[in-house]
Amino acid sequence: MMPRGAAGSAAPHGSADDIRLDVIDLEIRIGQSGADVVSEISLAVAAGEVLGLVGESGSGKTTVALALLGHARRGLRITAGEVRLDGVNLLALQPAELRAARGARVSYVPQDPSVALNPTLRVGAQVAEALRVHPGVVDDPAGRALEVMREARLDATPDLMRRYPHQLSGGQQQRVALAMAFCCRPSLIVLDEPTTGLDVSTQRHVLDTVRSLCRSYGVAAVYVSHDLAVVSGLVSQVAVMYAGRIVEIGPTAKVFADPIHPYTRRLLAAVPSPDRAEILTGIEGQPPRPGRRGAGCSFAPRCEFAIEQCRLAPPEPTPIDGRAVRCIRAAEIRAHPVPRQAIARGQAGTGQAAVLSLRSVSARYGRRPVLSGVNFEVPPESCIAVVGESGSGKTTLARCIVGLHTGWTGEIAFGGARLHPGIRGRSKDTLRRVQYIFQNPYASLNPRKTVGQIVAQPLEELLGLSFSERSERAASALADVSLSAEFLNRFPDQLSGGERQRVAIARALVVEPDLLICDEVTSALDVSVQAVIVEQLRRLQRERHLAMIFITHNLALVRSIADAAVVLRDGEVVESGPVDQVLEHPKDPYTAALIKDVPALASRRE
Amino acid sequence: MAVAAPSVAGSSARPSGRMARHPWLSAAWAAARTPRGAVGLSLTSAVVLIAVIGPFVAPNSPDALLTLTNAKPSGQFPLGSDFLGRDVLSRVLDGGWALLLMAALATAFGIIAGAGAGISAAYLRGRPDGFIMRTVDVILAFPQLVFALLLVSVLGPRLWLIVLAVGLSHAPQVARVIRSATLDISERDYVKVAELQGMRPRKIMSSEILPNLVSPLTVEAGLRLTYSIIIMAGLSFLGFGQQPPAANWGLMINENRNGLPLNPWAVIVPVALIALLTIGTNTFTDAFARVAIGIDRRPEESALIDELTPGAPR
Repeated sequence: MMPRGAAGSAAPHGSADDIRLDVIDLEIRIGQSGADVVSEISLAVAAGEVLGLVGESGSGKTTVALALLGHARRGLRITAGEVRLDGVNLLALQPAELRAARGARVSYVPQDPSVALNPTLRVGAQVAEALRVHPGVVDDPAGRALEVMREARLDATPDLMRRYPHQLSGGQQQRVALAMAFCCRPSLIVLDEPTTGLDVSTQRHVLDTVRSLCRSYGVAAVYVSHDLAVVSGLVSQVAVMYAGRIVEIGPTAKVFADPIHPYTRRLLAAVPSPDRAEILTGIEGQPPRPGRRGAGCSFAPRCEFAIEQCRLAPPEPTPIDGRAVRCIRAAEIRAHPVPRQAIARGQAGTGQAAVLSLRSVSARYGRRPVLSGVNFEVPPESCIAVVGESGSGKTTLARCIVGLHTGWTGEIAFGGARLHPGIRGRSKDTLRRVQYIFQNPYASLNPRKTVGQIVAQPLEELLGLSFSERSERAASALADVSLSAEFLNRFPDQLSGGERQRVAIARALVVEPDLLICDEVTSALDVSVQAVIVEQLRRLQRERHLAMIFITHNLALVRSIADAAVVLRDGEVVESGPVDQVLEHPKDPYTAALIKDVPALASRRE
Repeated sequence: MAVAAPSVAGSSARPSGRMARHPWLSAAWAAARTPRGAVGLSLTSAVVLIAVIGPFVAPNSPDALLTLTNAKPSGQFPLGSDFLGRDVLSRVLDGGWALLLMAALATAFGIIAGAGAGISAAYLRGRPDGFIMRTVDVILAFPQLVFALLLVSVLGPRLWLIVLAVGLSHAPQVARVIRSATLDISERDYVKVAELQGMRPRKIMSSEILPNLVSPLTVEAGLRLTYSIIIMAGLSFLGFGQQPPAANWGLMINENRNGLPLNPWAVIVPVALIALLTIGTNTFTDAFARVAIGIDRRPEESALIDELTPGAPR
């Protein structure tokens, strides 16, 4: 088989002898003969090697990851191909044999440890359980449990072993999940975005743990992620998936330094850089869903290089420079440089009266203090980034400003006047001038309302406009976020995550606010969509002369959008100043640590 | 398959237009197409059909004394006669609609009162919550039929009072279910968005929260309808419903139980009709609940699978 041969020979570590995992032409369909969800998946992973499986949501990466354990989700069926682990085809095993293999020879680390761990089992029992269901795999189960916990960098004190999962931090929970996965010394570990829900610094520590565990165990690992930056420092081989197929597979250094497939190039261009302020170019549109994929290359509709021939037949993988690439124009495209455009940042709003100023703002939830003595100002027409780990009080700060959290003291002045703590004490005009965009677009749009009703609602509530005026302004607000008027009659569940967040942006901007507060607005989105949203926000902020507070835990994004940054730690401002100064010459060790922990594309760090 | 995404029509800019589709209607349709739902719906509609068209096709007057008392079925009177010599078939055909109508009205009243109480308690929190829910607890302390009987015996057996009493006896149960559903929804971000737009609490409850409660409300309505029918029939049986000589299935069971050895059909047929009706409404509600929960908690993946494999069993 061509693809496997190409990929196999490309693997730098993988001589034919120590190949642990060998996937040959895997195909998964919906039901018996339905559309293919993934097809022609071929890859090989050697012992001690980590392969990164990357792609947007819906690309089929989790489907492939589960198939590596011989599992297909309800409604899906593995219809063809082999998953050979140490020469044994897992897909041909009897159910009992497969159960014996899972956990012992191939194990899985799920995305969200807070729901993957059994909340009623103590940590010690949880890890021991994994050993108990596979008797005889290790000699001394009790000792082994302690050993693997230490290897996962958990302090395996009796106290920790007796705790329940909810008494652990997110990072600790994920380490417990890692310990469970490694405890039987498997041949293959499948990691499904294990750091997605974690803070940058926790993420880095968990990634370090994964790296050292994979190395010391000589295990073959497959790491699924949508975040190229996370993968770049960890994996030796990367497979980029698009619409159920691997479009480019090869050694990480080569793929990231010199991407060939147009999709890989676009994905890389969407990753924000912590080192330079660049215009992010996202990928407009969505990958075609199973059953709706055309005859030709699935990426052709979104591809800038597509020609007539691309739409005729699906491209076969072509070996180029140690890689297998599914693109008929690979050689020509490679000659084009990947465009990267630096941002020219103007000096905005210096010397003018601040739009918003906070003076010694302290807030508490019940008795627990969340913010203490926060001071900062937002000058007109400027974007202030508020950064910090989760629990640092970023969201509470935003909620104090908009009036959703009333338990605060100090002074917040907006446009020169003091803000009343609660919504009920504020005038409609004040409510209109301060707009807030929520983190999760899946929760902030009422599923029973159309996009048109959602966007027009603030016009009715805050401005009392007539029906026809509302219609007109809602349509133009949608146009500002590049959504056509067709979206007016759609319901949120018919939209993708990126489209939903654009609707939320349109709803905030339709009333022409003076201050826009964006609370982690891209954290629920794919990197390629994040780039589109951030660029749109940046453009709208400039065009409308908005003051903006951009809350994020992703320091790399700060470069692209903000003029100044405020770093929060445990509810206190540890550092603030112009973005370049804060990111390049951090004065506070906490800021420096945060910056160091930001995953960056390996090729850019050279 | 449950929520067939309709193709969005053109670029007609009607931002505040009517809802383009009704998710609960399509859910009901999807439920009707499951085996369980089909059985439930056909049972229910068969009994409803009998009750609705019965008065128009009854061969005799339900009140006319036509033959011997407790006569066995004959060619002229297929179900025999009752304890006064009236035609059982005609009385069965005539005796359903009042029962069904009263049950439906009582259910509607109970759902409206219960949902109003539950939503207010959950959204307003604090004192209103305490007041409403403690009242609910007090009413819940009585068995439902006893509570309805208590109200009826105090207020007198007038039909609209019976409807109110039965409806009121449902309200606390509905309030509890709806309160817990609302507690979840009031914490959603879109409710916070509405608060940030300065929307009044009453409007938030009616336009942001209520539409998201349609699935649990529909399930609750089906369940409460089943209970209403049983309670209404029970009240009639105990003599608190329609008064003789009115034809009523519940009343018929009571009137004719002494004649059971002579003409059992005067009891068996109304019993069977009430049983089939309650089984039908309950089965269909169950089917709807399964579909509705599937839709509400549906991950995108299975939505995709449903969409691509029409007719596939859930």
